[in-house]
Amino acid sequence: MLHADRLVHTTCPYCGVGCQIDLHLHDGVIFRVAGRYDNKVNFGNLCVKGRFGYDYVHSPDRLDTPLIRHRRRAEPQPSGWDEALDLVAGRLEAIRREHGPESIAVLVSAKCTNEENYLLQKLARAVIGTNSVDHCARL
Amino acid sequence: MTNSISDIVEADVLLVVGSNTTETHPVLSLQMKAAVRKHGARLILLDPRRIELAGFAYLHLRNRPGSDIAVINAMVNVIIAEGLQDRSFIEARTENYPTLAAAVEGWTPERAERISGVAAEDIIQAARLYAEANAAAIFWAMGITQHTSGTDNVKALSNLALLCGQIGRPGTGLNPLRGQNNVQGACDMGGLPNVLPGYQAVTSEEVRRKFAVGWGIDFDRLSPKPGLTVTEIMDGILEGRIKGLFILGENPMLSDPNLNHVERALGEVEFLVAQDIFVNETGAMADVVLPGVSFAEKLGTFTSTERRVQLVRPAIEPPANARQDWEIILDLARRMGANWSYTGPGAIFDEMARLTPQYAGMSHERLEGGGLQWPCPTADHPGTPILHVEKFTRGLGLFSPVEYTPPAEITDEAYPFVLSTGRVLFHWHGGTLSRRSPGLDALAPQAEVEVHPEDAVSLGVTSGMPVRVSSRRGSVVAAVQVTRRSPPGTVFMTFHYAEAATNLLTSDAVDPVAKIPEYKVSAVRLEALPEVVLQ
Ligand code: SF4
Repeated sequence: MLHADRLVHTTCPYCGVGCQIDLHLHDGVIFRVAGRYDNKVNFGNLCVKGRFGYDYVHSPDRLDTPLIRHRRRAEPQPSGWDEALDLVAGRLEAIRREHGPESIAVLVSAKCTNEENYLLQKLARAVIGTNSVDHCARL
Repeated sequence: MTNSISDIVEADVLLVVGSNTTETHPVLSLQMKAAVRKHGARLILLDPRRIELAGFAYLHLRNRPGSDIAVINAMVNVIIAEGLQDRSFIEARTENYPTLAAAVEGWTPERAERISGVAAEDIIQAARLYAEANAAAIFWAMGITQHTSGTDNVKALSNLALLCGQIGRPGTGLNPLRGQNNVQGACDMGGLPNVLPGYQAVTSEEVRRKFAVGWGIDFDRLSPKPGLTVTEIMDGILEGRIKGLFILGENPMLSDPNLNHVERALGEVEFLVAQDIFVNETGAMADVVLPGVSFAEKLGTFTSTERRVQLVRPAIEPPANARQDWEIILDLARRMGANWSYTGPGAIFDEMARLTPQYAGMSHERLEGGGLQWPCPTADHPGTPILHVEKFTRGLGLFSPVEYTPPAEITDEAYPFVLSTGRVLFHWHGGTLSRRSPGLDALAPQAEVEVHPEDAVSLGVTSGMPVRVSSRRGSVVAAVQVTRRSPPGTVFMTFHYAEAATNLLTSDAVDPVAKIPEYKVSAVRLEALPEVVLQ
């Protein structure tokens, strides 16, 4: 039986109920997840996703480098961060100069945090100058 | 939700419309079940499918897909005809009642029965139960918002709640169940084309001045023109108006209706950037993919369906070369000329809270002590478990009569079945996360289409047999599951499976106001494929 060397109290990433969970960690790996009782949301309960759906975090498929595709339909190539970010900023700037800010759109994420979404819509509105900001959760 | 998860058990009547709650919001459904089993509440289910909650229902109104407004208007008609409305609530807290009363006059239960297939006496009984309850709560989800009449469906429910004063008290309210974990937060944060954070309109000069000052930029940098919705963005690309698209942590390649259209748009856009933790179907088409981090590697907040803002805390190290999502966005902004600086997510939250009235009294430090429900206007405010207790945001509650409109796509000889789509318990939305969790995938590994036994006989198919499901837009192959869950003439599929992407089939007719696509109703045909072997 594996013992946790650390517990981290956090929020289930799957649905809008927002169950409170403890991640049980052993050597930096999530090996068990338990529902917390100290709240008025899940009262200790979890569903099958919230209890068992965490293997993806440790998946070998996780992306661990920026990828750049130099031509459409070409194979994507791993790149450094500076190269990738310079490319994104440069291309977005060029599109903005040529076609105006409204030619750029941004989709924020119903899976990301408030802080990330706030920052991305601020980038769209205050830096690029477009209000074409939406997310896929209408879908 | 106007109310809280913890006050569901105080309801005497629960009206659940178009929400397969036990599969989509399982832990919240435990409170519904407890209300019924432990506290004797009566559950009224308005849903075409015999979902698990039907086993807890006192009354199951199995309406034809897309006919909710007919049933709800008829309930309003019955309540007024029998004098069961809450006259003092209507007098004190609402306006426009006479218009509503006149509009529903023709909506007799018999007329609704002809349209919806629900027996008139069941509609009458549901109306009486809801109106006479001490506390009655309404719940809904995508089942009613994913129709061309989606916005009207919500107005119809709101009319019902106002009429009976079933709002602003424990166990009552209008409770939309948000799908993904932070849909509520993404909307609160201004992830919508017409509003800045806190639903403050981009068209308001006062609002834009406030944000220009808060962000330290020239007032005229902020556009007063509402932007495009996600559906319009895809059209805009194909029309050549949108040239650059930045997508954070989403997979429109699976979640958008009418996939061929989205695939064409993403293939055509001049420059596509995806920031995500996997290369999913959308990332595979991007010019640049930026590796962000998972929920277990970041600090921040999610806002749940009951408006509760809760902390997400980092537990493990991200993959070697991935970066915090906020740092990626910050770096991009700086490269594009902004002089932003933040010490971390807590500082971003503080800036947001200064500009967002609903969050004004919150901070990461306060949230350490437990979640808070907005609005929370000041640092000593306890948060708001129930909305609209004394008055509505706009002052008086407005009755807005709505008319029934038939679904945009109707069945015919070539496409005789109604296709309805949704989720199953074990998977999440586009499946990017849950399908990479082998334990979950084993429970529901292949795409299935639910077919009623009567239809199975006429099609000559049995459970497990492959069929081709075709609409006017495309076709996919799936395995038949014969079941009485869907009524005859209606088939049901989920959209978690990339290899049988159901959204190749669905209609992209959208609700004219909310611009939510009509997933729930498309016309399809089914053909047995005796020679195909499914993996
Ligand atoms: S445990 Fe289940 S019900 Fe709770 S938030 Fe997670 S997915 Fe939703």
